[in-house]
Formats: sequence, structure tokens, C-alpha cells
Amino acid sequence: MAVETKPVTAKEPLVEMRDVGKRYGNIRALSGISLRVRAGEITCVLGDNGAGKSTLIKIISGLHQHDEGELLVDGEDVRFTSPRDALNRGIATVYQDLAVVALMPIWRNFFLGSEVRQPISRARLLNTGFMKTTSRSELLKMGIDLPDMDQPIGTLSGGQRQCVAIARAIYLGARVLILDEPTAALGVKQSGVVLKYVAAARDAGLGVILITHNPHHAYMVGDHFVLLSRGEGKLDCKRAEITLDELTRQMAGGDELSALAHELER
Amino acid sequence: MGQTVDAGVATAPAPAPPRVTQRSLGRRLMMRPEIGSLVGVILIYIFFFVVASPFRSTASLATILYASSTIGMMAVPVALLMIGGEFDLSAGVAVTTSALVAALFSYNLNLNIWIGVLVALVVAVGIGFINGYLVVRTRIPSFLVTLGTFLMLQGLNLAVTKGVTGAVASQDVSQMTGFSSAATIFASSVPIGPVSVRITVFWWILFIAISTVLLLKTRVGNWVFSVGGDANSARAVGVPVNKTKIGLFMVVGLMAWFVGMHILFSFNTVQSGQGVGNEFLYIIAAVIGGCLLTGGFGSTIGSAMGALIFGMTTEGIIYAGWNPDWFKFFLGIMLLLATVLNAYVRQLASRR
Repeated sequence: MAVETKPVTAKEPLVEMRDVGKRYGNIRALSGISLRVRAGEITCVLGDNGAGKSTLIKIISGLHQHDEGELLVDGEDVRFTSPRDALNRGIATVYQDLAVVALMPIWRNFFLGSEVRQPISRARLLNTGFMKTTSRSELLKMGIDLPDMDQPIGTLSGGQRQCVAIARAIYLGARVLILDEPTAALGVKQSGVVLKYVAAARDAGLGVILITHNPHHAYMVGDHFVLLSRGEGKLDCKRAEITLDELTRQMAGGDELSALAHELER
Repeated sequence: MGQTVDAGVATAPAPAPPRVTQRSLGRRLMMRPEIGSLVGVILIYIFFFVVASPFRSTASLATILYASSTIGMMAVPVALLMIGGEFDLSAGVAVTTSALVAALFSYNLNLNIWIGVLVALVVAVGIGFINGYLVVRTRIPSFLVTLGTFLMLQGLNLAVTKGVTGAVASQDVSQMTGFSSAATIFASSVPIGPVSVRITVFWWILFIAISTVLLLKTRVGNWVFSVGGDANSARAVGVPVNKTKIGLFMVVGLMAWFVGMHILFSFNTVQSGQGVGNEFLYIIAAVIGGCLLTGGFGSTIGSAMGALIFGMTTEGIIYAGWNPDWFKFFLGIMLLLATVLNAYVRQLASRR
């Protein structure tokens, strides 16, 4: 394991994992994983299919619990039992395929699970006017201009849907944003747009954990890189310590790839 | 999904002129779930108005509304449940169960009928809770779970009634204390001008109004749409998916109790075998009214349209002097037309 110890920095990590492990029955999905994310930083978690990326985010977002190690939020050891717990600690997750409910209007999606209601004198009914104008203005802040908040969110492009989910998380007060393969299903241009919003979230002072298997996307925005391979941490370094070529090579399997390239040489 | 690079969408950093403009009023109306069934109601009304002269009187309108209300009241929670992504096949016999419980309990223990009514309420809501709990815990499709409870209730209705009364129907409750007050609430008629309208019509309208506000204007309503549209997404943003689903099943139980009380106090006695097959009428009303079978889309106003189509067709065929055997055939056509229309509307909805 190439996990180095970091010098203590001024900023306390918002979320930190220390030697976290997870088993499903007798299958070891993760072991000895450590990572940190601080406010205003993007930590990229890279790895091939089956490397354990999904398990890792499910632990931080409260869908699963870890069996070994520690999960610290603001330096406090925690164990989430539901996504609601994680949300209450300011950890919001945007899933690639679970981001939105396609048939529901944009504004209902934007406030789903955190609906804004009127005072008791108005029978606690939904404050639809506020939610419509707010979702529109919040999206506009991120440069997404959608005139009709009543249109089903399924009518938006994949990139726009991701952006709505990111804007929602920021608006709802997330301090840590976990993005699960936000660019996986997107084309080049849409990926660029999503990455721009990821950077915008960082600039807004959020800690971002970006899960991806694309080293190019990761290197564009990342401050830290954690590379997973078969459930173990293979690499953990700062941006200054690695080049894109090296990251790509490590990601692709490092020496294994060189061997493959040699084999395939014509 | 956005697999392709969609030129034009989400390109410019600067706020480019909006490519998607406000949709036209016509397009927005088309998106309402109940719009297709509303057209159906109008066409069928005109059709029977032309071919069957007795259909035109206000008295027959009251009859049609009554026939519609008996199906329509149950179609309200069944539609809510369908929007929430689930079915309840036990809804038809649960109505009979609650009526039987109220009658058998209070008659045989010689109590005030209101006690039986309250016991039936607990039983009916309890049946809903069990259905919902089994569905969310076992993750078996609600179609199968409620098919099981449907058969169990059907058997219980017959067996317990025969065991207690020795016959296939409950005893006559019309002489019991509390009967007249209960009958006023559940089964009276309200004179409006020359015609008398059954009280269930007004209850039905009230239930539609309440459920519409609930769906569109409350937090729970938002959750109902989301658990039916995409339960995993809903859970990920903190919606209590299981509680919402169990609650919806309990609302079906609550309404089964209400309709059961109506049957008990209008007929004074309950046939233990009745109610079988009605669950499909409720579901048909909801589907004709624009509810998607897959959940996440629909309205209870639409279910009322579906129930009206049901009521107009049953009564209209009689008023027209036709063989009522044809009724189911027409209902089948309506269902097919509605399904095709819904599929088309959904396609429109997900198109840019």
C-alpha cells in the first residue's frame, strides 16, 4: 500500500477516512482505504470497474456502513445509518443514475426531500412559488437558463440533470459534495460543462469528492488523487506530486499496461 | 439518457439565448394526466345523450353519479397508490371485509353499531398496513403480495361469516342502536331541487379535493410522486420511501372501510362473497384517468374521470336499452384506448 502520511495542514479535513474496510459476506470490497477532503478542495477517487469506488461512496453517503477503520466528519468518528444522517452532516451525494426523478418537474426535483413549506397559518402547504423562483435563480447562478421549471426533468440532457443535482446540493447547504461518475454517460462538451460546475462548487468553498474512471477529467479539476485497485488504495498523492501521464499510466494498470503494450507491439 | 454529444445543449459558458422556451399552453395542458380521460368523459356523455333519451334527465344524472361514486371513492386511494408505484389487488374484498367486521362484531356481541364501525376501521387500516409492510420488507412486487391477501381475505370473508351466522351473509343490522345516525353519514340522500342525490357523491367530491391538495400542495404528495417515479433516487435525497408506501396502503384500507360502511348502511346486510373483481374496476378507473402503471405520474381527478366513464357506460347501456352483457366489452375498449393515449402522452413528456 502506497499510502503516505500527510503533514498536518491548517485546514481540518471535512471528511476523513482512516484504514476503512468493508466486507460483503466473505468478499472483501474495500480494505485499508484512507482519504481526506478539505473545504475548497477536490479529491478525486479513481479506479477501474470493480475497484471499490461505489462501495467507498456508499459508506460516506450513508447507504452502507464500514466494518473496519474510522470515518471522521469534522474530526468526529461517525457511523451513518441512512442517507438522511449524512445529509444532516452536510454530506450530499449526486449519483450518476440516481440524481433525479425523471417524470417530476424540475422544481419538485430540486427541493425533493427538503421541501419548503408555508407557515402553520397556511396549513403547512408547499410554498410552490418560492420553490419555483428559487430553483430557477439558483440554476441561473450556475449559468443554466431554463425558463420552465414545470417541465419534467427527464426532458433535460444528461449533463443538465447532473448540474441541477449539483446546484441543488449546493443550495441545500452541502459542505461536502460526492459526485459519482458525473461524466461517465456524457459526451465531451457536456462533460466539460459538468466539470465546470464541479470547479464552481469547489470555489464556493465545498469539499468535493469526485469519483471517476477518467484520469483526464480528474486531472483537470483535482487537488488530490486516490487510486483504488481491487479494493485497496494504490496511490494517494497531491496534484503537485504527479503528472497527468503518470496518473493515466497508474490508472491504466501501470506496469501491466507497459507489458500489454509490449505484447501488442507490431 | 444523454449518451450522445448534443450540440447546442449546455455548451456556452455565457447565458446563451434559451433554446427551450416556455411551452405553449396547449402543450402544457396535454401534459396533465387527466386530459385524455376528460375528453373521453365528454365524448361518452355526448354519445349516450344522443342515443338514449332517458340518459338526458337530471334524475338519471344523479344515478350515474352514484354509480360512479361507489367505484370512484376507492379509485382515489388506488390512484394515489399507483402514483406511488404499487398495486392493491385486495382493495375490492377489503371493502367487504370491513363491512362484515362492523356488522358481525356489533350484531353478535349486541353492541352499539358504532363500536363495530370503529373496529372495522382499525381492521381495514390494519390490512392496509400489513400489505404495505409486507411489500416494503419482502420487496416482493405488490401485485403478488396483495394477490395473496386478496385470496386470504376472500376466504376469511366466507369462512368467518358462515361460521358466525351459519349463512353467506351478515345479519340485518337495521334495528340496532346507532344505525340511523351511521346511515345518515354513510348512506343517506340529499335532495337537490327535484332530484335526490346520494351522499356518497358529495363524499367522493370531497375525497378528490383533499387528495388533489395532498398530491400537489404537500410534502407528502411530493414524496408520493418520487417513490413511484424512482424509489432509489428518492431514498438517496432523504425521502422516507418505506413509510410513504406503507402510508399509501393504509389510505387504501381507510377508504375500503368508508366504502364498506356505505354498503353496510345502504343494504343493512352484507353478502360475504361480494367485492371480488372490483379491485380491477378501481385500477381501470385510475389507469383511464392517466395514472401510469409504472408509477410516478397521475392524478386523482383523472381517476374520477375514469369512474365517471365507468358510471356513464354501465347506466348508459341500460338507458339505451341494450344488452348489458356488452358493458365489459366497452370497458375493455376504454382501457385500451386510455393506455395507448397515456403511452403517447408520456412520450411527449419525455421529449425535448
